[in-house]
Amino acid sequence: MGKNEYIPFKSEIKEVIKHTDIEYTFRMTYEGDVKPGQFFEVSIPKYGEAPISVSGIGDGTVDLTIRRVGKVTNEIFEHYVGDTMLLRGPYGNGFDLDLYKGKEIIVIAGGTGLSPVKGIVDYFHANPDEANSFTLIAGFKSVNDIIFKDDIERWKENMNVVITVDKDADKTCKLGLVTAHIPDLVIKNIENTVAIVVGPQIMMDCSVEELFQLGVIEENIWISQERKMCCGIGKCGHCKIDDVYICLDGPVFNYTKGKLLRD
Amino acid sequence: MGYKISLDDMNLALEELSKDYMIYAPKVFEGEGKFSDTDLIRYGEVEGLEEIVFDEKSDYSFKEALTPISEVLFYFTEDEIKEADKPDRGALIFLRSCDLHSLKRLDEIYLNNGYEDYYYKRLRENTKFILMGCQKSFENCFCVSMGTNKIDSYDSYIKLEGDTVYIDNKCEDLDKVFRKADIQEVDVKPDFVEENDIKVSIPDNLSLDVMDAKMWEEYASRCIACGRCNFVCPTCTCFTMQDVYYTDNGKVGERRRVWASCHVDGYTDMAGGHSYRKDNGQRMRFKTLHKVYDYNKRFGYHMCTGCGRCDDICPEYISFSNCVNRLEDAMKEVE
Repeated sequence: MGKNEYIPFKSEIKEVIKHTDIEYTFRMTYEGDVKPGQFFEVSIPKYGEAPISVSGIGDGTVDLTIRRVGKVTNEIFEHYVGDTMLLRGPYGNGFDLDLYKGKEIIVIAGGTGLSPVKGIVDYFHANPDEANSFTLIAGFKSVNDIIFKDDIERWKENMNVVITVDKDADKTCKLGLVTAHIPDLVIKNIENTVAIVVGPQIMMDCSVEELFQLGVIEENIWISQERKMCCGIGKCGHCKIDDVYICLDGPVFNYTKGKLLRD
Repeated sequence: MGYKISLDDMNLALEELSKDYMIYAPKVFEGEGKFSDTDLIRYGEVEGLEEIVFDEKSDYSFKEALTPISEVLFYFTEDEIKEADKPDRGALIFLRSCDLHSLKRLDEIYLNNGYEDYYYKRLRENTKFILMGCQKSFENCFCVSMGTNKIDSYDSYIKLEGDTVYIDNKCEDLDKVFRKADIQEVDVKPDFVEENDIKVSIPDNLSLDVMDAKMWEEYASRCIACGRCNFVCPTCTCFTMQDVYYTDNGKVGERRRVWASCHVDGYTDMAGGHSYRKDNGQRMRFKTLHKVYDYNKRFGYHMCTGCGRCDDICPEYISFSNCVNRLEDAMKEVE
């Protein structure tokens, strides 16, 4: 008899990092292989499960950045350092970093869309020689909604980082949408340029359009999707779009496939 | 191996089998039909062969024997999780050719699509399938168009004629039990239908572009998103997780999975309030294309098995087979 994938395992909260009033990162104990862009089902008995993407990978830990927006995530916020939570996963394909090594890399993220790509940024921040160049453009509603502030300051040391807000910019960020900053990107070799775009659908659509204008081809663009999921393992059906199961075949898609996903 | 035995002997055999198997078959539930004073035919445990409805289509399929409507996955207390026990007996399921073809679809999703489903597998591996023949096509059936009117992958075929039971057996375990009776070897071939009144044709050029066709607007105004079509469908497998806790001890409870419907509100709701396919017509499109287009694209054969139960049950008299037959014109419209 195979493994019962529905039974969650216990994971201890090592650290809670507060970004905003409604967005915290929970650093959880986890031993095993995991990739940026994969997700765990966080399981809170009585309240249910929520798919949460991995926002950081440490030695024996994974970071789960959680936005307090539903009945499960509300309950997660009642947990503190030393408590345990139940997890199952990791699920999904995640980002394949090998596809980006040696390239000019552009990462464009909207809001909590920064979570699933944060592992990529962390990796190339730690291994700058493995990328030809690295640009992060991340957009938020306001200065108060910016997540991973300390990380962003750290990334600025050796990466081109542009932070945008929709209103009331301060000295750490610029005013406007992420798309406004794509045409200004300085690219040496467009054929050796890859882009990763994660955020709300409209933001991804508009960003991809700007990337096309620059000359980035769709084969070199990746996006990540999110949908309702009850199982994470290709059974419950909620995340299916056309012949694609977001939980199994995604959530990361090359744009040649990702553009075909119409609910 | 074909043979015939008496009904009494068959019922003795079933009695013996019921020690090891729950015997599921379509039977009458009086007064539970969709209109007042009508009966419902659905699956339940039976004790004798004469309880089984052979001459009418069941309103619901056999799938609830393998994917219960509500299935407890585990129990939780504050510190512990305990996996739900499996039934102490296997299952013996009486079903028609179309439904036995549906089993392949259930297996595909639960055993092959990504991870293997622990709960499905532990029921499935202790289940035997007994084919019921179809002497005639029932209303709304289109199995011939879907290629599901015939099958030979049954454990046993059983036909009741008066007080005589004809059996074509392929299962050793069952053979041992049947042979305890006074058997007479005869040639037994299952009854399969060769033609249905309803035929469907799925256009070769079908694509997701059909979602922009006008036909879905009609379904938007007719479909009431009740989900009955999904619940009677032998190939619909979707479920939603549900945690319940006990009122007398709020720290103890259970996690279940319950049948879900892509037609019913809430199916795509995400935390934060976003959802997809709010329009009932597009939900009809989503289901239709899954049954006759995208499942095929992924697995190489169509999901729909042509049982027609969705047409039988719809309170708005929406016909799925008619919908499929409109896809050709709809493709012309969007191309």
